[in-house]
Parts: sequence; C-alpha cells; structure tokens
Amino acid sequence: MLSLYLPGTSPVHRAPAGLKLGVLAGLGIALFAVSRLEVVAGAFVLVLGAGVLGARLPRRALTSQLRPVWIWLVALFGFHLLVTGPLDGAVAVLRLLALVVAAAVVTATTRVTALVAVIERLASPLRIVGVRPARIGLVIAMTLRFIPLVADRAARIREAQAARGAERIRPFMVVPLLVQVLRMATTVGEALDARGADDAPSSRPRRAAAVRSGAPA
Amino acid sequence: MKTTDLAYVALFAAIVAVLGLLPPVPAPGIPVPITAQTLGVMLAGSVLGARRGGAALLVFLAVVAVGLPVLSGGRGGLAVFVGPSAGFLYSWPVAAFVIGLLTQLFWRRYNLAWALVANLIGGVLVVYAIGIPFLSLFGDVPLTTAFTGSMAFVPGDLVKAVAASLVAVAVHKAYPVIDLPARRATAG
Repeated sequence: MLSLYLPGTSPVHRAPAGLKLGVLAGLGIALFAVSRLEVVAGAFVLVLGAGVLGARLPRRALTSQLRPVWIWLVALFGFHLLVTGPLDGAVAVLRLLALVVAAAVVTATTRVTALVAVIERLASPLRIVGVRPARIGLVIAMTLRFIPLVADRAARIREAQAARGAERIRPFMVVPLLVQVLRMATTVGEALDARGADDAPSSRPRRAAAVRSGAPA
Repeated sequence: MKTTDLAYVALFAAIVAVLGLLPPVPAPGIPVPITAQTLGVMLAGSVLGARRGGAALLVFLAVVAVGLPVLSGGRGGLAVFVGPSAGFLYSWPVAAFVIGLLTQLFWRRYNLAWALVANLIGGVLVVYAIGIPFLSLFGDVPLTTAFTGSMAFVPGDLVKAVAASLVAVAVHKAYPVIDLPARRATAG
C-alpha cells in the first residue's frame, strides 16, 4: 500500500513511535515559546542531521514534504521583510522548516502499524465517552481497504458515463458512485456484525448463530 | 456506534482520500485551482450527519498522520499538521460535524436551498473561521493579511458548496443514511 514510510535499521528507525511523537510535540511547543534565531536555527540543523545522518534518509524523503510548503515560506519571508524586518522573517521561516522536517523524519522512520498503535493508546481515555480504542484500529484498517475500492468504482463509473457520450465529470455522476459504495459499506458492516465484530454485550452474537444454523448446508 | 456506522465512517474517510488523488482543476475567473477534497468534507457531513461525518474526517486526518500521501498534491505524514495552512485541515472534522448538525436539523424539509445553507455555513464559514486564525498564528502574520490571502480560495469553495448540495439532495432521495430504520429493507 502507498505509504511515506521508508524501511531502515537506524537508531531513529528503532526508537519507539510514542517517543518520536512526544519529541515532535515538544519541539512544536518549544519553538513557538522561544523565538530566538540561534535556537530556531539550531533546531533546524539538529532535525536535518537526525534525518540525513541519523536515519540515513534519501534527500527526496524530505524535499517531497517541503515542496508544497515552499510558496508559503517565500510569502511569509516576503511579508516579514516588508513589515517587521529580516530577522523575524528568518525566525518564522526556520521554525516552520524545522517542524516540517522533524515531522517528515518521524513519518519516514515509523511504521504505519506503530503509529496506529500510538493513536489507539492516546485514544484510550476516550473510553469514558464511549469510544472503544480497539475499534479505531478497525476503522483505519477499513479505510485503507476502501481507498483502492472507491478509486476503482469511480474509474468504472467514469468509463460507463464516457461510453454513453459524457465528456466531463458532472456532480450527478457522483450520485450513482455514492449509492454504490454506501450499499457496499452497509454490507461490510453487516458482515462484520455477523462475525461478531460488535463485541458489546447484546443479543447480536446469538442472532448471528441462529442465522448460520438456519442456512441450508 | 454500530458496526455499520463504523463502515460508513471508514467509507467517507476513504472518499475524502480518493478526492485528494484527483489533480486540482483550474477554473476560469478563479485565481487558484480548485481541489476536490473539501467537496468530500461537505459530502461526509451532508450524507452521514454530525457524529459520523465528524468521525469520518477525524479518521481521514489519522490516516494522513500515519503517513499516507492522500492530501491533495500527494502530501501526507505529520509534516502537514505543522505547516501554515494546517488550520484548514483541523477545521475539516468540525466543518463536517456542523454540516451534519444543520442537515439533521433540516432533514424533514431537506432540499437544495437547505443543503446550500448547511454547506455554506459548515463548509465555508467554519473552515475559514478556524483556518485563518491558524494561518495568522503559525505564519506570524496579522489576521487581516491572512484573511485577504485566503480570499482567493473562496470562489472555488462556493462552486464546491453548490456541487456538494446537488449531490447531497440526490443521495438524500436515493439512499438516505441519516434516518436509519429502513436500512434492513434496502440491504437485500
């Protein structure tokens, strides 16, 4: 599956996902609290070093994440140059650069499954309001499965419409697609229920068993 | 939430992701190309309602955070959550929730006009109300500058609100998900 993770065996790769996310969050808070050029520039050099030397990431892993931010950074620096001066501009740009590179390093060195596990752990306090953490993993897994499925259905409907002479995508082409995939999701949900995915104490497992015994062999 | 609700949540998270894979469309008279992703935000709220719509966008953001490049332009990973435009991302679950809330409120007399009201308030107003202060904070620029800079995206968002409303009204008639009691009858 498409992912920004790049396998490796460096210390950065092997560090626990929770720790890496904690450091990232701490860095975010610290860089906004301390707006001094030497601190911000130091942080940028440090995270760049962690990515390039520590984790031995190819340059493309970092530049591909920086490319979309580029225009923002130029505009930001231009604004500061005109209004508050080049020093403030350099601090603002370097701070964002440091954070974006740090986040890109964490993403490139941490497995999707490890990050999902951290999300489940972070969500465990939500138990109080009725969210079951284990189901978050289930929903994310379903989403990853649905992405290629929806893309495939969309391509098929577009072909069908093109065969009937439609040239451009119009809002109404989306309607048959949505109805199809909603029906599919309903089926998936019921199939999961029938297999006992709904682990809440209810009559559901018994009903699923009754359906199975009633079916012709 | 029932398991079927979880499947709907995952489905719309996936739909927003797939919309991000579409290339941005340049439109005549609009300064910036239109991306389809906020269309997914509006549809999630309009079709699923407040709780499931908001949850779908939270799941989408989780999928982005764990490193899938499913934001428009092939972006993804944690980097997008600290960029200057991150506030617009954070606004999406709230936007879908508000759209869903309004949609449920209008459900009995739901038509194009009410759909538009819901999508404009939730999908445009809420998004900018959260995105612009963030842009100002993260970019260290005054609110007014962040505001005028963001206005380039408004025409595209209005077009999307109209498109999402047309689709939402049609889905409301063909396969309503918000009033669920009739679900079993349609499954076979």
